[in-house]
Amino acid sequence: MADRVAEPSGGTLTAYRALLGAQARSQTAYRTSFVVDLLGNVGATVFDVLTVLVLYGVTRELGGFTLRETLVMVGLTAVAFATADLLVGNVERLPRYVRTGLFDAVLLRPLGALPQLLLMDLPLRKVSRALFGLAVWVAALSVAGIEWTPARVVLAVVAPLAAVVFFGAVFVATATVSFFWVESGELANSVTYGGRDFTSYPVTVFEGWFRAAFAYGLGFAFVSYQPALALLGRADPLGLPAWAGWAAPGVALVALAGAAAAWRVGVRHYRSTGS
Amino acid sequence: MSLVIDAQGLRKEFTVRVKAGRLRRRKRVVTAVDGVDLRVDRGEMLGYIGPNGAGKSTTLKMLTGVLTPSAGEVRVCGLRPVAERTRLALGVGVVFGQRSQLWWDLPLRDSFDLLRHVYRVPADAHAARLRRCRGLLDLDGFLDTPVRQLSLGQRMRGELTAALLHGPQVLFLDEPTIGLDVVSKQAVRDFLAELGRAGDTTLVLTTHDLADIERLCRRLVVIDHGRVVHDGTIADLHGRYGSRRLVVAELDAPLATPPVLPGAPLARVETDGRRLVYALESAGVAQVVSGLAGLATLRDISVVEPDIEEVVARLYRAAVPVR
Repeated sequence: MADRVAEPSGGTLTAYRALLGAQARSQTAYRTSFVVDLLGNVGATVFDVLTVLVLYGVTRELGGFTLRETLVMVGLTAVAFATADLLVGNVERLPRYVRTGLFDAVLLRPLGALPQLLLMDLPLRKVSRALFGLAVWVAALSVAGIEWTPARVVLAVVAPLAAVVFFGAVFVATATVSFFWVESGELANSVTYGGRDFTSYPVTVFEGWFRAAFAYGLGFAFVSYQPALALLGRADPLGLPAWAGWAAPGVALVALAGAAAAWRVGVRHYRSTGS
Repeated sequence: MSLVIDAQGLRKEFTVRVKAGRLRRRKRVVTAVDGVDLRVDRGEMLGYIGPNGAGKSTTLKMLTGVLTPSAGEVRVCGLRPVAERTRLALGVGVVFGQRSQLWWDLPLRDSFDLLRHVYRVPADAHAARLRRCRGLLDLDGFLDTPVRQLSLGQRMRGELTAALLHGPQVLFLDEPTIGLDVVSKQAVRDFLAELGRAGDTTLVLTTHDLADIERLCRRLVVIDHGRVVHDGTIADLHGRYGSRRLVVAELDAPLATPPVLPGAPLARVETDGRRLVYALESAGVAQVVSGLAGLATLRDISVVEPDIEEVVARLYRAAVPVR
């Protein structure tokens, strides 16, 4: 037997912090573009909110929900998606790493592959968007006329966190497709961004197999629609019981487990490239 | 001696889809590595060579946990590369010619500093190793230059340093001298030779430049089509594939019939019979010289060492011994 590989002298946390620091340094090296990016990223979310306002300019109700009610779903989606995008959205770059074989370098370091991939290029410019999303969420909650109870306060905090986990899992799971099929970028986008648009509206707006697949098959209904019903004190027109409004953390954990499994299988399928 | 690398029946298959008609794709299985057995002791310097596509890089990637083997057993430093990847990474250093371990936008010095955190190396050990590399690889002139501005030779010296700062037990080098100029090549070889002399780092080197191997490695593993076709010393390779030292005799005037010498068959006749080339089998140089001296006036005698390049080329063309 060879000598055992020595235990390292520090924790992995220090290592990740060092990676993050390096990342921050190289991003702020381009200061002007960083500021422009900060502003541009808010713009995208502003546009999402405006779209909803315009829709309600032509109709009083959408799928049986008023503007104020829908805004709860919009706000929840905005804060959760922007935060997940900030933390995990970077995984979108995986197809490039896989195609070019750069993923080799990630696997050769003594750290988890996914955290490295996320930290190596954490898009700090997306912070502005997450903060704006939070503002939309708070504003939506305050104008929705919610009868606050302790349970609803808890839900108002837990639901966005669960949604962050859920969207993060969706980002990771869809990105792992690139381990098997390199040109998978568009497919990943249609699920992640499609999912975000889906959760910005009451699921009653959608119909048939599409609703069944996105809302219940992939679980998007539990991200914002069901928690919003519970906060607003409305019964589900589609007939799910009231506890469904609290199912978000469970659904998020299931999604997380699925994404983790997909990632593990994906990494073992990594084929590298010739060199 | 302790075994650092132990691979048995190592195999990697890739499924590729080939076009078969407008939309149909047919699956085809390509075997990149086809049952490689490899045992490497601590401190050994191993040359791992083969033609393009022979499976060299694929083997290295399986030994480092980048690729999951399709079959076979592997232990590197006593660890299973894929299952214990992050732990193994602490014990191996890797230089893959075309892939950088350095941070593109940061000065070289910062990359080294980051690697100290990534590998969690105590500050004093890190500083000592860096000091040694700075001296041997002459890094001082470009330590503060961002990596993207380094020349290939400078970057490669940086990569070597980066691979060694955590004091690995095994160093894997995939084409470390590819594309380098003569001076950088020499610097890299000298450095690796020095590392080999110290004797506690195991080195596995793939290369197209056989001068790297002749300079550094006593043991040579040749693979072709994913299989090991030779595992032994360079001398073994020559012996097995019938490459012999040659004696080149320059004569004053051509002979009517070149003499037949026992133990040294005539290999070629050149320049109108004024140059005779004998291959040494059982005979020595002295016997050839004395055999010729009585029959002709010798102008010059030279001995040509076997050319490893030629042997390997022969090996690649047909994995069948010539003789």
